[in-house]
Amino acid sequence: MKLGAAAALVTSALLLTAACGTDDNSGLPGAVDFSADHLECGPRGSLLASGSSAQANAMEVWVNTYQANCDDSQINYKATGSGAGIQEFLQGRTAFAGSDSVMSDEELAASRAVCADGGQAIHLPMAAGPIAIGYNLPGVEDLVLDAPTLARVFDSGITRWNDPAIAALNPGVTLPDLPITPFHRSDGSGTTDNLTQYLNGSAPQQWPYEPGKNWKGKGGQAADGSSGLVGMVQQNAGAISYFELSYAHQNNISTVRIDTGAPEPVAVSVENASSAIAAGEVVGEGGDLALELDYATREPGAYPIVLVTYEIICDKGNNPGTLDLTKAFLGYAAGDEGQGALAEIDYAPIPDRIIAQVRDRVAGMS
Amino acid sequence: MGMPEAAPRKNTVRLGDRVFSNLSKGSGIALLVIMAAIAVFLTIRAAVAISNNEGNFLTTFQWNANDSPPVFGIAVLLFGTVVSSVIAMTLAVPVAIGIALFISHYAPRRLAGPIGYVVDLLAAVPSIIYGLWGALFLVPHMTGLFDWLDQFFGWTGIFAYNGTPARSLMTVGILLAIMILPIITSVTREVFKQTPKAHEEAALALGATRWEVIRMTVLPFGRSGIISASMLGLGRALGETMAVATVLSPSFLINASLLESGGGTFAQNIASQFKEAGSMGRDALIASGLVLFILTLLVNGAARLIIARRKEYSGAS
Repeated sequence: MKLGAAAALVTSALLLTAACGTDDNSGLPGAVDFSADHLECGPRGSLLASGSSAQANAMEVWVNTYQANCDDSQINYKATGSGAGIQEFLQGRTAFAGSDSVMSDEELAASRAVCADGGQAIHLPMAAGPIAIGYNLPGVEDLVLDAPTLARVFDSGITRWNDPAIAALNPGVTLPDLPITPFHRSDGSGTTDNLTQYLNGSAPQQWPYEPGKNWKGKGGQAADGSSGLVGMVQQNAGAISYFELSYAHQNNISTVRIDTGAPEPVAVSVENASSAIAAGEVVGEGGDLALELDYATREPGAYPIVLVTYEIICDKGNNPGTLDLTKAFLGYAAGDEGQGALAEIDYAPIPDRIIAQVRDRVAGMS
Repeated sequence: MGMPEAAPRKNTVRLGDRVFSNLSKGSGIALLVIMAAIAVFLTIRAAVAISNNEGNFLTTFQWNANDSPPVFGIAVLLFGTVVSSVIAMTLAVPVAIGIALFISHYAPRRLAGPIGYVVDLLAAVPSIIYGLWGALFLVPHMTGLFDWLDQFFGWTGIFAYNGTPARSLMTVGILLAIMILPIITSVTREVFKQTPKAHEEAALALGATRWEVIRMTVLPFGRSGIISASMLGLGRALGETMAVATVLSPSFLINASLLESGGGTFAQNIASQFKEAGSMGRDALIASGLVLFILTLLVNGAARLIIARRKEYSGAS
């Protein structure tokens, strides 16, 4: 445990020094197979992209597989963070940007200057990550919370683990009389954005704050990066925090099951995350595939706290020099094999109904 | 004496002289241009951010520069930066003077060298290492001290503590104190060594004890040096980023208690917010950087004034 915490802190600190994303995990779990059977290669050349660190691992697998199968192709994805990725894309320096959140209206308007031929930027949902609620509570292996309780815990409304509200959701579980220390991200983060969207969407009374990349709840403590949060949960009994599923898996952290109103509380898993996305809707206009998730879904087995990460490209007027390579690469990532590779590394593939539209948009890029 | 004077050549300047004079003049001007460029850049970008800010830049207790409309303020950052630096200075300056005196006047020669070397070595430790040490060692070991402070001084409000992980401005201040110790120590030590031997011997001849010698000659002589050294240390404390970001649990609240988590510093906030910042977010961070820039200039200016007033004591005379 101690060693794990130390390792997590070291990683977080090292990533901090590099001033790059802290959402990416240290290495991919297990051996990943980079072979592919039906990969349609684009022209030779090199591609530059940057953005969300939450999709860094997915990108690593996609890029490695693509490069292993297509000679003379160089794809360089820098996990600089969504904000920086969008900035670089809007300056015309990258072929596409990765982002955990949809662009603002101003950013969309700015994209018209980069996309020639009257085009504008569109969002392509490419991978999703379930956000796990991890906790450190000695002796409690299984914990169920619902959105209002979770919101009150993170907003310091509930301050002890044996609070009646928590006990009511966990009949038969002996909860210790221990103070709760909720931990949140100190840096701006897409994970925070998505968690607060969930809390605000499903428990607006308990979580009245506008969702955003910066934490707005009361109390608790903050740490830098997902790995920083993992370290804090490991170090402190009574801690609760949020990070992507892979962090919980790699560090053996217990995760909360969410009572969504479905017959059974839903555990965090890749499949359950995909089901929740399938319950969502495309809200983008004019070919944009920005998604709006249904945070109040009661669908059995739909885990509602999900982070969707997008690739942002121009629908029309992409740089002709990199267009074909971009189409080939994103076509592979959105294809069966690209999506199929995701579940092995704790990402959720995009459901069929939506990924089919993504493939259309990629094929229609000009 | 009786030799004829050399032919007057006062108007001819040698090539080497001219090149050297122009080079040094150029370097001086380049420095001014760079400083001015930094100031202009910061001011322009900061003006953009501040003119769009829906909150009060000086008093708002939040940092939501990416929202539309953007709302952000530096009150918490200014408070945290100043308070953590003040704690660091309060702890580090007396200890540094003590170490410097020990090395220059008390320690046997054989001990003085190694101790000075070890203190200087502290300066070579990168700040991220201090951050890791702080997060993994210092924070868990602070709770005992904090509990003690709470028990006896909790009534002041400043030292109230509720038992959460000790990732507060006080811990940051203590960590910063350790980080700025070497620079203050090594400069004051050198200044103390400059004390004219004649003064010290005169004092000894009058029957002064060693402490009286130090009080009457070494400390007055070294005063401006101590101030300059402290300012160098303060400069590091004000701008420290990584160690603070690793140890502090930041939040946009000002806590009456120094022991409870929360607060933030300019540099830590820039490091934390930069990578997910949009264009407005970046400009807002630059605006906060401008404040840090001005704060540093003010502190250095004040130090220069103090030193100028005490010129008569200067060890260099």
